[in-house]
Amino acid sequence: MIDARIGVIEERLKNVKRIIAVSSGKGGVGKSMVSAAIALTLAKKYKVGLLDLDFYGPSTHLIINANEKPVEKNGILPPIIDKIKFMSIIYFTEENPAPLKGKDIINAIIELLTITIWDELDFLIIDMPPGMGEEVMAIIKFMKNAEFIVVTTPSILSWETVKKLLIFLRENKCNVVGVIENMVMEKSIENEIKKISNYLGKIGFDENVENCIGEPSKLLESKFGKDVEKIAVKI
Amino acid sequence: MHEWALAEAVIKTAIEKAKEHKIKKINEIDLKIGEMQDIEMDIFKFALDELMKEYGMEVKVNITIQKTRLRCNVCNHEWNFDEFELTEEEKEFVHFLPESIFSYARCPKCGSQYFEIIEGRGVWIEAIRGNDD
Repeated sequence: MIDARIGVIEERLKNVKRIIAVSSGKGGVGKSMVSAAIALTLAKKYKVGLLDLDFYGPSTHLIINANEKPVEKNGILPPIIDKIKFMSIIYFTEENPAPLKGKDIINAIIELLTITIWDELDFLIIDMPPGMGEEVMAIIKFMKNAEFIVVTTPSILSWETVKKLLIFLRENKCNVVGVIENMVMEKSIENEIKKISNYLGKIGFDENVENCIGEPSKLLESKFGKDVEKIAVKI
Repeated sequence: MHEWALAEAVIKTAIEKAKEHKIKKINEIDLKIGEMQDIEMDIFKFALDELMKEYGMEVKVNITIQKTRLRCNVCNHEWNFDEFELTEEEKEFVHFLPESIFSYARCPKCGSQYFEIIEGRGVWIEAIRGNDD
């Protein structure tokens, strides 16, 4: 028996030039903020999509203030928020928890990739959940050209876990664009990161970034947004 | 209509699999559709017909709807999709993304959200028949 949905995923993504999964081994490193800010920055010049695959804790809709809903037309057309085509499980689960388990996660990803019509994009940025769960495996299986950006903080607790993700990605022949070091205060682990991966840059700790949630233009103008802008040109 | 997206998925996958198995002309496809997909059958069949015309195909599609069975992992109770009382909006969400059922349904016996979809989701090609000339 063949899952009929799988054959169309490649078709759905054939006009997407680059797929970039923003990942981290650890939660709480600011991955969603980084994903959203990268998408917003790139959208100034390019056609950009943002897909939130963090089913347990979707949050990018809050960051970009995604109030518009998808439209049904020969599939699902993602709403355009601040020039970004946006899709998230939140459109189907709303404020409720989504306690999906292994194969449910894979099925939900297959369904979203089957029905979402992205059309032409220069970049599809994916906000991944923390860790090396089913979502990472699904990206490897269904989006063979996907590239990974890995986010860490300078904390040893974060970096030790992120290193494992980098090793896993390398051993599974995934293309890693590089590592972003987020929430940097005085201490940086730039040299440690450079030993095993490409270093995309650092984002300084910005105590005001919380005030930019829901206001994309304010986010881009913030210290955080300016640091992301410097990194985005290297992508 | 997202029935179009699923119909396109069926046609694309059937063509791909036929190629893999050196079938030059597809005559018949057996399709199993999960009840949770809640497909509007008229639209789905219309979409299949239109897409087949586009691809120059003439195929008999046999469709079976698979009933949904769910099992609670806490108390082992089994039940069917039609035993839920979902609002129209929730039904619409499940129609688009069947896994959103985990956000809205509970085991009717013990109230747990820790349950499994045993069967009744997805769109499956069970068989493709054709000839190689």
